[in-house]
Amino acid sequence: MTAPRLAVWKFSSCDGCQLTLLDLEDELVSLSGELEIGYFLEATSDTLPPPYDLSLVEGSVAAGADLERIRWIREQSRHLVTIGACATAGGVQALRNLSPLPEYQSVVYARPDYLDSLDDSTPISAHVPVDFELRGCPIDKRQLLEVITAFLADRKPDIPTHSVCFECKLRGTTCVTVAHGTPCLGPVTHAGCGALCPAYGRGCYGCFGPVPTTPGGGGPNTRAMLPLLRRDGLSEADIARLYRTFNAEAPEFAEAARQAEEEAR
Amino acid sequence: MNAPAPLAEIDESGLAALFDALVRRGRTVVGPTVKDDAIVLAELGSAAELPHGWGVETEPGGYRLRPRTDRAAFAHSAGPQSWKTFLHPPRARLWQADRASDGTVTVREDDAPAPRYAFLGVRPCDLRAIAVQDRVLTAGAYRDPVYGRRRDGVFLIVVECTEPGGVCFCTSMGTGPGLPEGSAFDLALTETAGPGGLSYLIRAGSPEGSELLAELPARPTDGVRARAAVAGAAGRMGREVDASDLRALMAGTMTAERWNQVADRCLTCGNCTMVCPTCFCTTTEETTDLTGDHAERWRRWDSCFDLDFSHLHGVGPVRSSARSRYRQWLTHKLGTWYDQFGSSGCVGCGRCIAWCPVGIDITEEVTALRAESGAAGAR
Repeated sequence: MTAPRLAVWKFSSCDGCQLTLLDLEDELVSLSGELEIGYFLEATSDTLPPPYDLSLVEGSVAAGADLERIRWIREQSRHLVTIGACATAGGVQALRNLSPLPEYQSVVYARPDYLDSLDDSTPISAHVPVDFELRGCPIDKRQLLEVITAFLADRKPDIPTHSVCFECKLRGTTCVTVAHGTPCLGPVTHAGCGALCPAYGRGCYGCFGPVPTTPGGGGPNTRAMLPLLRRDGLSEADIARLYRTFNAEAPEFAEAARQAEEEAR
Repeated sequence: MNAPAPLAEIDESGLAALFDALVRRGRTVVGPTVKDDAIVLAELGSAAELPHGWGVETEPGGYRLRPRTDRAAFAHSAGPQSWKTFLHPPRARLWQADRASDGTVTVREDDAPAPRYAFLGVRPCDLRAIAVQDRVLTAGAYRDPVYGRRRDGVFLIVVECTEPGGVCFCTSMGTGPGLPEGSAFDLALTETAGPGGLSYLIRAGSPEGSELLAELPARPTDGVRARAAVAGAAGRMGREVDASDLRALMAGTMTAERWNQVADRCLTCGNCTMVCPTCFCTTTEETTDLTGDHAERWRRWDSCFDLDFSHLHGVGPVRSSARSRYRQWLTHKLGTWYDQFGSSGCVGCGRCIAWCPVGIDITEEVTALRAESGAAGAR
């Protein structure tokens, strides 16, 4: 039996999430023993032909050429896992979805006519079926290793979908909102980082995106967060900005930002 | 007729002597200490690490340290953790398995002995919480080995409560502020601060406690000041609730309108269950390493507020809405807990009120549910 073939693809992104794979220093040797690197330009310019057993896709669909490329990648991949906020929610570049592109293209670029930008930056799942979405900006390397390991073993990855609050409590971090009055998006944010920021006395700024919404009414109660964030000193404009970062166009955070703006009016 | 046993007290140096005696006996002492602007429970190196001179102010969704005018070490109400962090740890590996090259699988259970803990500063409400978890985790047909190993032989030093917080309601639940008759403990202290410094009424509740007490520089006392401090605390509870027949009340609330009002505010973040000293739910996860030759089973705290908690294969979460998740928590805590374990699951410590970011107040919810139930009954 040959080793499963891995491919790592980049769309509109900063490369930080695929770098996480190279950050797995202690595991890289055994990883390369268990997997055959078929396509991973950040690591090697050698490539192997498709199909691929596992494709990790970083970045959002933001340029015209991306549309066809992601469909081709899907066709060539047994499993397709998206990694990071760009791929799962459109990324920070999805802020452009809030205003018409031509308005600032001409300010930023000398020759906008060379550009092949789509109006919106969208997640990979808006274009092709995705087998698993790994959240984060950037992703967490232990979680990446868990996802790869799980796909190798054909099992479900142990990636909890509860709030960041769970992670604070599990590691024994005192709640920064309750004990310090620090604004924190932890209660509505998807776990995965290990509650990094609160462990250093900072509020969560939501880089793993919203907790999942489920049929039957599960999802982040961002409306109940509004008075809490206000109590802790944020204006409605601050609140809208807080939600509009790396997961600005995750539907629940986009809606939360709109709720805050509505309240301001 | 026997004369009543003489009461004894120790001073601050006696408290230090108690600490040292515990360490000499090979005990790992866990107690309150100041960290990150809160009074947390942690392994302590000496009695000097106790939160001398610190109190706390609590309200729904709020907790602040405040300096005291005296040096009291135990004049504070519940903090962000409870003793379950040590007895029922957030994460525990249950076993690991290895597959050899010839295919043989070897399973090793994680059964290393736990530290020999001494818990210093257990409040009566929290002592009841430990008793509740004892019932849940060790008294059924299947004794929980992780909890059991840690719980066996813990030396419990209760400190009666003299300074209830704004979210406390132990008197309503019958768990404090004094030590209820029939409690199981090793030593019990009652702290008072006076012009002569701190003093601690001390009494033993077990042979090991008596043995240790005999080593301490204790002097006789009438105990009047300590008794008055505890009696005074009973009159200063931040909250109270009518806890009569909660089981029947909860059973009748399945379709209550009040749950919708809670759901509007509830973040379903799970904080209430994590800070609750009796919530015990866990989930287990198996993981493998890259080679697939090494597997481990871990368990970690779970919560009825986690969507995965009620996930059914092919169906999804059975309890998806905030309404159904909060209702599950409260009706179990106050209602079906009686059916399962013969007592309330709530001890009145108030943690779920203080550490709920949006300040949902269990006493207010019970009162509202009772009012709604009464109104429905009157129709």
